[in-house]
Amino acid sequence: MTATATRPERITRNGGRRLVDLVARVRELGILAALAALFGVTGAVNPSFLTYGSLRDILLNTAIVAMLAVGQTLVVITRNVDLSVSSVVGLSAFGGALVLADNPGVPIPLVIAGCVALGAACGAVNGLLVGAAKVPALVATLGTLYAFRGIDYAVAGGRQVNAADMPDGFLSLGTRSVLGVPLLALVALAVLLVVGWMLRNLRSGRELYAIGSNPEAAVLAGIQVRRRIMAAFVANGALAGLAGVMWAARFGTVDATVATGKELDVIAAVVVGGVAIFGGSGTVYGAALGALLLASITSALAVLRVDALAQTAINGALLIAAIVLDRLLALRVAAALRRRRFHDDN
Amino acid sequence: MMKMRHTALLAGLVLMTAACGGGTTRSDVQQQQSSAPAATAASSAAANPNAPLKQGLKIAFLPKQVNNPYFTIADNGGIEAAKEFGGEGKEVGPSDANASSQVSYINTLIQQKQDAIVISANDPNAVVPALKQARAAGIKVVSYDSDTAPDGRDIFVNQASAEDLGRTEVQLLAEQIGHKGKIAILSATPNATNQNTWIEFMKDELKKPEYKDMELVKVAYGNDDDQKSFTETQGLLRSYPDLAGIISPTTVGIAAAARYLSDSPYKGKVKLTGLGTPNQLRKFVKDGTIDAFELWNPADLGYLSAYAAAALASGQITGAEGEKFKAGKLGEYTVGAKGEVLLGKPTVFNKDNIDDFDF
Repeated sequence: MTATATRPERITRNGGRRLVDLVARVRELGILAALAALFGVTGAVNPSFLTYGSLRDILLNTAIVAMLAVGQTLVVITRNVDLSVSSVVGLSAFGGALVLADNPGVPIPLVIAGCVALGAACGAVNGLLVGAAKVPALVATLGTLYAFRGIDYAVAGGRQVNAADMPDGFLSLGTRSVLGVPLLALVALAVLLVVGWMLRNLRSGRELYAIGSNPEAAVLAGIQVRRRIMAAFVANGALAGLAGVMWAARFGTVDATVATGKELDVIAAVVVGGVAIFGGSGTVYGAALGALLLASITSALAVLRVDALAQTAINGALLIAAIVLDRLLALRVAAALRRRRFHDDN
Repeated sequence: MMKMRHTALLAGLVLMTAACGGGTTRSDVQQQQSSAPAATAASSAAANPNAPLKQGLKIAFLPKQVNNPYFTIADNGGIEAAKEFGGEGKEVGPSDANASSQVSYINTLIQQKQDAIVISANDPNAVVPALKQARAAGIKVVSYDSDTAPDGRDIFVNQASAEDLGRTEVQLLAEQIGHKGKIAILSATPNATNQNTWIEFMKDELKKPEYKDMELVKVAYGNDDDQKSFTETQGLLRSYPDLAGIISPTTVGIAAAARYLSDSPYKGKVKLTGLGTPNQLRKFVKDGTIDAFELWNPADLGYLSAYAAAALASGQITGAEGEKFKAGKLGEYTVGAKGEVLLGKPTVFNKDNIDDFDF
C-alpha cells in the first residue's frame, strides 16, 4: 500500500521539477507565452491575422530588426551598448542603393559584401572608441550615431534613390520567398542560428558573457577584453551593414534619413528578449523573439482597428505587460528553485 | 585624428560665421523697418496693367538649396521663362537648406542690382530683414514654394492650395474605383499640419452626393516611416478585406504603400493614389500598382514665378489683390488675397505622361 501511495507523488514532483527546470533553462518561454497570447487574441478577433499572407508580412517586418537585435545582443552582453546602429543601417542602405543606381552593371553580391564591410568599418570605429580609448559606450556610440548620419547626409546631398533606379534582381531579394518563407527572414534566421551557436559553444562566445558579468575578473582571468569588445562591435556593425542592404531591397525608396530612430526599437527588442542591459546574461534567441513580439504588436494593433492616436500608448503598455509577464515567470521559477534546494537539503 | 581636428575647426568656423550673420541681420532690422513702408508705398502707387514687359530684366532664383532636384527643375522652368520674355535668369543659393545662409546670397544679389529675386525661404522670418533691404533698393521680391513673412516679398506664388490638393485626391481615387467602395487614408504623423488640412478637405469633398457610395473607413498614420507605413498598409488591407482604395497624401507613405502593394495579391485591385514624385513612383506606375497620382509641376512653378517677377519689375502689377498678369504658356493669373498667386490645380501623372518628368 505504501509503495503505491508514494509512487504517483514522486511522478508529479518530477513533472513539476521538469517544468521548473525547463523554464529556468529556457528563459525565452515568457516571451513565447506573450506571443501566443497576442496571436490567440488577435486571431480570435480577426482570423485574417493568422493567414499565410499576414504571417509572411510579420516575418518580413521582423527580419531586419531581429538581425539588428542579434548584433546588439553581442554588444550588450559585454556590458556595452551600440546606439549608432540605425545610422550604420542608413549609411549602408544609401551607399548600396547609390552604387546600384549609378552603376547598374555591378554584381549584387559585391554590393552586399561592400555594405557589410562598410558596416564592419563603422563598427570598428565604435570598437576602437570603446575598447581602446575607453570611452563609455553610451557616449561614444551616441557620438557616432550623429557622425555616421552626418556622413550619410553629406553623401546624399538631398538625393533620393527610387525603386526604378535599382535593378529588379536586387529589389526582388526583398520580396522573394524560398519554400514559402521570405528570403529576408531566412537570412535573419541563419544569422541567428550561427551567432547563437557561437555564443553557446565557442570559447570566444563564452568570454563575452564573462566580460559582461565582471569586467575586472575577466581581465584577471586572462581574457583579452579589449579584443573581444572590439570584435563584438565589428560583428554588430557588419550585421547592421547587412541589414542596411536588406532595408534598401525591401523598401525600394532610400534617402539619407533611412532607419532614423530605429536604434530604440532594436534595444527594446533586446531588453524584451530577456538580455540583461548590464551585461552577462541573455541569448540572441530571446532578442530575436523580442523583435518578433514588437513587430507582431504593431501589426496586431493595425489589424485590430485600434484608434491611431492611442496606438503608441497601447504599444508601450503591451510591451510593459510582456516584460512583467516574463519577470513574474522568472521570479516564480527562482522561488521554486529555492524551495527545491531547501527540500533537497533536508 | 588630424582629420577630426580639421572637421572640428570647420564646424567651429561655420558656427562663428552663422553667429556673425545673425548679428548683422539683427542690427539691420531697425534700419530696414523704417525704410520698407516707404518703398512699398511708392511701388503701390504705380500699377499700369498695360505696361509692356521690360527687356533685359535680371532675375535671380534663390532656392532653399541648390543641387536639390526639385528646385533644379523649378528654377530651370523660371530661367526658360526669362528667356521667353527677353530677360536673364540665374540660380544661386546655399548647398544646405539653412535659414541664415540665404541672407548672404540676398546681400550679394542687392549689390549686383538684380531686378527681381525669386526666393523659397528656409525660414519665413530670418530672410525678411535682408529682403526688406532689397525692396528698399528697388528690387522686386517673389517668394515661391515656401513663403516668407508677407512684408518680405511683393508676391507669393503658391504651388497648390490645400483645398485643391485635398479635393483633387478624392476625385482622382473616385475615378479609379468607379465612385464606389470603402477607402482609407494613409497619412504622415497624426499631428502633421499639412496632411491634416488636406484630410479635412478630403472629408468635405466626400460629403458631396457623387461620393455617396464611397465610405472613408479609416485614417491610418504611417508617421512618414517606411516600416510603420508598411505595417499600417498591411493592417488596412487585413482589417478591411473589401477596401477599394487608399489615398496617401505624403511622399513617404505612398512610396511604402506602393512597394507593399506591388508585391501583394492586392496589386492593381486596391487602388492607390496621393502625392508623390514621378521618379519615386515611376516603377509602380509602370507595373500597374498605381494608375495615377498627382503633384504640382515644379517647372511650371518656376515659370510662373519668373513671369510674376517680370510683371512686378515692369510695373504691370504691384502685388495688390485683383491685379492680373499674363504668364506665357500658362495664361492669365490674378493676384489673390495677401499677394498670393495660385499656380492652379495639381498635375496628374499616369503611365502616359510620367516619362516626360524627371524629378
